[in-house]
Amino acid sequence: MKLGVLFSGGKDSTYAAWLAKKEGYEIACLITIQSENKDSFMFHTPSILATSVQARAMGISLIIVKTKGEKENELEDLEEAIITAKKKYKIEGIVTGAVESVYQASRIQKICNKIGIECFNPLWQKDQIELLEDLIKNKFEVVITGVAAFPLDKKWLGRKIDNKFVEDIKKLNSEYKINPAGEGGEFESFVLNCPLFKRRLIVKDWKDYGEKNNWRRELEDVE
Amino acid sequence: MSKILIINISKERLHYYEFVKPIEDILKNVGVEFYTKHYTKFNDKDLKADKIIICGTSLMDNDFIDKIESFKWIEVYKKPILGICGGMQVISLIFNGELGKESEIGLFNENFVKSFLGMKEKKEVYHLHNNYITLPLEFEQFTSSKIPQAIKHKEKEIYGVLFHPEVRNKSLIENFVNL
Repeated sequence: MKLGVLFSGGKDSTYAAWLAKKEGYEIACLITIQSENKDSFMFHTPSILATSVQARAMGISLIIVKTKGEKENELEDLEEAIITAKKKYKIEGIVTGAVESVYQASRIQKICNKIGIECFNPLWQKDQIELLEDLIKNKFEVVITGVAAFPLDKKWLGRKIDNKFVEDIKKLNSEYKINPAGEGGEFESFVLNCPLFKRRLIVKDWKDYGEKNNWRRELEDVE
Repeated sequence: MSKILIINISKERLHYYEFVKPIEDILKNVGVEFYTKHYTKFNDKDLKADKIIICGTSLMDNDFIDKIESFKWIEVYKKPILGICGGMQVISLIFNGELGKESEIGLFNENFVKSFLGMKEKKEVYHLHNNYITLPLEFEQFTSSKIPQAIKHKEKEIYGVLFHPEVRNKSLIENFVNL
């Protein structure tokens, strides 16, 4: 079955794509929604243009769709993008990296149901620490590109998800209820290398924006 | 020690992670022994399981309805069964309920008129279905909803829920495991 992956370049959508491939599915295209709204309810925003470099590293076509990111408009833009993917790449299903967000998952379910294609959420309800450990075990090289919760700060930008990271997150989770996989928006991440990539990416230039407990790293040059 | 059988009804391999693994994770957390099988692989030895949970599947997947005769064992199995979404549809079809169309996707409130595996009064549940099955004669309904959302056999310990308790109501599954 040919599938399209809703792809943000972060750990969840990349890991979901890898699971699909591991189970024998063909990833026919990636779909990235570029939201002008930095606080979009639906889409992960930082470093989204770098997804085109990731798609090249995977050798998979990428559809980029721009949206103003207003609540229900962005859903129409997403629906358009999925219809385009269905026509152009003959996809029969969508893969997402949704873990906990019923808001995201149910809206994508509705769109797929309306279009008449399958919807796959292989990380659905997955234990958050298990997810981080699976990333490390399966040789995903992931860095943090955004933080948005106390006591996370600028120092976390650029940190790699490794065993030390998991230890620190476990502590923060028990003290401050930080969601360890960051789907609540506490973290944004970017995948530099994984079994789907033909080569490792190098971040050559970046800019950090933010204050206090709200920071993001824009990757300006990735190759 | 008791052993629970989890039945996967998904046609697509990739749906295991979404509809079966979350149930396995809940059972692991409870610390109960279990094993998982696809419904097409069910055999007489599986009747020895102490409880059976039949999982749900995706909105587009109705393969299990075409192969409903694979679930005839439900008529002879004597121990507790819990059917979730597609699993509930299986149970109701085996007891001669009729297939109907009603799409509900997302969070909804259901009103439990009687206690059902720990669910009481108004509860928020996650729905993901295009179909439902009318209430079979031998069953009673526990919610005030128009279509059956939570049902139990009047004499046997056979339970069905149309919603997905693994999303917002994990304790329902824990209560079934601890019956």
